Amino acid sequence: MTFVYLLVFGFAATAVLGLITSWIDRKVTARVQYRVGPPFLQPFIDIVKLLGKETLIPAGASKGTFLIAPVIGISGVIAVATLLWVNQFFSEGFMGDWIVTIYLLAIPSLSIILGGFASRNPLASLGASREMKLVIAYELPFILAALVPVINAHSIRLSVIIDSQAGGVFAGSLSGILALIVAILCVQAKLALVPFDIPEAETEIVGGALIEYSGPGLAIFRLMKNMLFFTLPFFLIILFFGGLRLNGINILWTVLEYVGIVAIITVIRNTNPRVRIDQAVRFFWGPMTLIAIVAVVLALKGL
Amino acid sequence: MGKTIIPIGPYHPLQEEPEFFTLTVEGETVVDIDMRMGYNHRGIEKLSEMKTFENSTFVVERICGICSTSHPYAYTRAVEDIFPMEVSMRSKYIRTIIAEGERIHSHLLWLGLAGHFLGYNTVYMWAWKLREEILDVMEILSGNRNAYAMFKPGGVRRDINAEDIPISLKKIDSILPTLDMLKKAVLDDPVLHARLKGVGVMSYQEAIDFSALGPTSRASGVARDVRKDSPYGAYQEMEWDMIVTKNGDVFDKAVIRILEMFEAAKIMKYCLNNLPDGEIDAKIKDVPPGEGIGHIEAPRGETFHYVKSDGTNRPVRHKVRAPTFMNLPTYKATIKGQTISDATIILAAIDPCYCCTERIAVKDGKGRMLYNGQDLIRLSRSKTEKIRQRMGGR
Repeated sequence: MTFVYLLVFGFAATAVLGLITSWIDRKVTARVQYRVGPPFLQPFIDIVKLLGKETLIPAGASKGTFLIAPVIGISGVIAVATLLWVNQFFSEGFMGDWIVTIYLLAIPSLSIILGGFASRNPLASLGASREMKLVIAYELPFILAALVPVINAHSIRLSVIIDSQAGGVFAGSLSGILALIVAILCVQAKLALVPFDIPEAETEIVGGALIEYSGPGLAIFRLMKNMLFFTLPFFLIILFFGGLRLNGINILWTVLEYVGIVAIITVIRNTNPRVRIDQAVRFFWGPMTLIAIVAVVLALKGL
Repeated sequence: MGKTIIPIGPYHPLQEEPEFFTLTVEGETVVDIDMRMGYNHRGIEKLSEMKTFENSTFVVERICGICSTSHPYAYTRAVEDIFPMEVSMRSKYIRTIIAEGERIHSHLLWLGLAGHFLGYNTVYMWAWKLREEILDVMEILSGNRNAYAMFKPGGVRRDINAEDIPISLKKIDSILPTLDMLKKAVLDDPVLHARLKGVGVMSYQEAIDFSALGPTSRASGVARDVRKDSPYGAYQEMEWDMIVTKNGDVFDKAVIRILEMFEAAKIMKYCLNNLPDGEIDAKIKDVPPGEGIGHIEAPRGETFHYVKSDGTNRPVRHKVRAPTFMNLPTYKATIKGQTISDATIILAAIDPCYCCTERIAVKDGKGRMLYNGQDLIRLSRSKTEKIRQRMGGR
């Protein structure tokens, strides 16, 4: 049964939904920029095409680490997606799966750092070190924001968090709104999208940690990022909107919530230039952490 | 912390031209920069010396795809400088219109690219979409979107039709509100302020020392503009402002370019409204022996041409200096102490055009000149002769 969960929900469903999300993102971006945008199947075609390309390993790179890094990354996403799906539809979570989710969500970033440093390319290690700084920057406000639903639900079980929002979603309270804002900006950084695409920065460090990847390795990293693009909004919906509700009129609400979060992320990415890494760190440790702390205090006071 | 070398180029997604910078970095801080050019030497000057005075105009037009009018303008002025002659007022107005249209589309192109380098692709696409509109105006006026082929020594090749003027004026007026919106979007964006202010600062003295040109120098407070300092064309005929700012950072360079577009539109509109009657071509028959210089304010700064004639129908010497040649060394002043994140936008801030700048001289490691242009021509001829003999010869 675990195998089915992993393969069907964790991988297949997440990958398909993630690729569709990335198509929505690309299409909306294109329309904002007076372009036509890619056809619906383009993200799928991209991945399939990349899988068929040659894998080049740079001379002097740490071969094993270089090849294993994308696999580690995608395993992390599959694990976290499975955990979320299982909690959503089968209520088969366990005590403390909220903590495990937070941990597993850091694995994709770690795999990028690993791959970057293993490439033996100055630009890749620059990208990896930027990713490292960014992780340090956004993790604290992200965890604080994710703590608000835990305080409201009095549980670190995701299924309990979902169930306790049956009467009213957490995003309806003041603390929930503040935490949601912080969480969305942290998700922006987790997905490495503008203004926080500092680790990749195509025009500065030519793709950063991914510069030496080609073929299946790059395909897996791309797929990992697309799957994250579904998983992170999904996690936010579980935390702040009581999960995906697929009964009656609630389907409409669920779709609206999901597309709304994705649209906000896309709009932020299209109306901002890239910030510098020191500015990003100051932004997350300053205002974002403060807002998150305020949200936590308000949640403790029951607001 | 150890020093690392970060290469930019010769092939790099940053700028679609062959150039090579080696940034010496400590952590994320750039401590030194080394520049290497010469990947795309095209022998334009030599080519130009093999063509007639009139045909050379088309060669110099292809020095740069963006300033495709600046080079012919400077070249024709150089030829007209060889002997005393007067270009008709109407052709001066037409030249000014084309030159200012080019300034608008060149600055829009830079604005888009600057946005792209900052990861702000929306500005990139919007600026380039707006650029299409101004290219349409240029097509109405000259028949071409780029490389207008309007210039010839002694005047212009094509007249502007009276019925095209109202259409062009209407089109320019329709562009201005969008341009204004783009200006507000760029100049009032707090994130852009955070990214660009105080970045890549060049002081007044450094701008003087490096002999920076155009918007690069005007951003540092050096009021230097050929259109004002040594007026040509129709620039004396109307009121317009030279935009000068004080801070010398990347933000000020952007401000200068954005505000200059409005001035350029103003000049274009004045010229179109007040186009005088008259001939458009002085019909030069012979160019007497002598030498002449022509300089004009291109979008990137002063473009300078020198032409020498020996009385035949070809220039015996033609020398080109593109503005980037003077602006490029300012990197030494602007980039040191900045982070790698800012390096790209600082490199882009002078609006570089490397292929226009390419020239060649061979030096040894100590900086002594081994071959100059004449020596290289001699070497090339002897090589050709050797190859010819090896292949059977004539």
